[in-house]
Amino acid sequence: MSYLLNPQVIIDQIINGLTIGGIYALIALGYTLVYGILFMINFAHGEIFMFGSFGGFAALTYFVNSGFSDTHPGLSIVAAFLAAMVVSAILGALLERIAYRPLRNAPRLAPLISAIGASIFLQNVMMLIIKARMQVYPDIIQEEFLEFGWFSISYFQLFIISGSVLLMVGLYLFIQKTKTGKAMRAVAEDRDAASLMGIDVNRIILITFVIGSALAAAAGVMVGIYYTQIDHMMGFIPGIKAFTAAVLGGIGNVPGAMLGGYFLGLAEAFGVLFMPAEYKDVIAFGLLVLVLIFRPSGILGEVVSERA
Amino acid sequence: MNKGQGLLTVRDIHIYYGNIHAIKGISLVVRKGEIVTLIGSNGAGKTTVLNAVSGVLKTRQGSIDFEGTRINRLSPHSIVRMGISQVPEGRKIFSRLTVTENLEMGAFIRNDIKEIVKDMEGVFELFPRLRERRGQIAGTLSGGEQQMLATARALMARPQLLLLDEPSMGLAPLLVETIFDTIQRISEEGTTILLVEQNALMAFVIATRGYVIQTGRIALEDKIENLSKNEMVRDLYLGGDLD
Ligand SMILES: Nc1ncnc2c1ncn2[C@@H]1O[C@H](COP(=O)(O)OP(=O)(O)O)[C@@H](O)[C@H]1O
Ligand SMILES: [Mg+2]
Repeated sequence: MSYLLNPQVIIDQIINGLTIGGIYALIALGYTLVYGILFMINFAHGEIFMFGSFGGFAALTYFVNSGFSDTHPGLSIVAAFLAAMVVSAILGALLERIAYRPLRNAPRLAPLISAIGASIFLQNVMMLIIKARMQVYPDIIQEEFLEFGWFSISYFQLFIISGSVLLMVGLYLFIQKTKTGKAMRAVAEDRDAASLMGIDVNRIILITFVIGSALAAAAGVMVGIYYTQIDHMMGFIPGIKAFTAAVLGGIGNVPGAMLGGYFLGLAEAFGVLFMPAEYKDVIAFGLLVLVLIFRPSGILGEVVSERA
Repeated sequence: MNKGQGLLTVRDIHIYYGNIHAIKGISLVVRKGEIVTLIGSNGAGKTTVLNAVSGVLKTRQGSIDFEGTRINRLSPHSIVRMGISQVPEGRKIFSRLTVTENLEMGAFIRNDIKEIVKDMEGVFELFPRLRERRGQIAGTLSGGEQQMLATARALMARPQLLLLDEPSMGLAPLLVETIFDTIQRISEEGTTILLVEQNALMAFVIATRGYVIQTGRIALEDKIENLSKNEMVRDLYLGGDLD
């Protein structure tokens, strides 16, 4: 196993880990934001991610067919991201409004079942739309590698790593600095007290779903660009892995979800050096089980322990 | 609005927690400029009444009017916008937000940034301790400081009517005095006050009128000078040692 000590291999795996980790982190944020406010796991979040990916797919396909992407490749990609985020944001808002809000005061199991129902429903809707056939993301930018002496990084990886960091910094600033972001934190801490401040709690909850969904959509487009093939089941595994990342970081904890995403991405990237690639998923679920047994509040999880 | 008319008029409200009939027909009036106190022992229904006024709890019967508008079907956030703020029981400050952020949340309904900054100066003058701790996470404040913060936060909405739920709870006597002095100042600056207390001793010093609530009903209503002479009030709420 001498290749393990090869710095080139290590750097390659770090880059792979940061790429996939950034994607996990973006999805994990949606779980954690919603949990932070509603103490509910939005198990349809993986499908929101999937719809976002298809939103971006539809936009990119349109730009390719119309020839727009030949003249404006950069703009096409940005527009595809925006389209994906709008699709998922609307879907997330509808989901909250239809599947969760009516059950806000029901026993905890009810919204969970509703979430699973919504998840299956959304998978089937997409299956009908694409007639259960796998779709291939149009490639607008050539996959090229930037060489840095003893390691290289692809444009896609660079793009995904920097894009996810950018979105997360944006989210962090939004939550910390804006009035709506502060209201989100206030609602997460005490819904009744927040309403006594004149904060429309329902509106803040809706905004939370919209933001989490838009981030998942961005991740969906990144996955489409990176792995090129998408289908209606694509939300399942990344959804559970991102959920694992959120639990790892302490569900409800925003920096925790980011950290958990990168941790999981790196763990998988290095894990494949030790075991066959088919077992990659075992790492995530093994970690989930271990964390749930030994540290259910997660790495940074003060939020859960505070509420327990 | 003429003087005799109520700023807040509660008429025969009934409130239930599931099957528990907590408030059984309560009426009360708070006029502009008054400090009215609602006293009663633990579990009498004081918090329930305030939460009904704030819209957190729904009335099953009766009405609540504020400045002539029916408010008991409105959501809590709309009621704040109408000019009613509450300092809730147990303070309920946002412990993970800083002192300044808590005050910003108090001013959530407002968009006049310059005036908000000015009002923040104002509450810091009222509670100098908060100014020293403005950047601190609110959960690290002492109980007294948290009460100051909860009061200051409610003032940031520039309410016409301030509802205070047991502001003296759990505070050392000296701090209680400070808080009540401040409540009086707030009143003198033009805010009408409905003050809920279990311990009537301090409330009677600053209030003009009072209601006594017992198991969901109003047992007595009078000017403070009369209430403090009342035998039952003296026995039950003043520890029998006022003079
Ligand atoms: N969330 C609740 N669920 C059920 N009963 C409640 C609840 N809150 C208060 N009560 C009951 O309503 C009555 C009035 O309570 P409350 O308004 O809190 O009294 P106070 O503020 O005067 O101490 C009490 O008998 C209390 O047990
Ligand atoms: Mg009470």
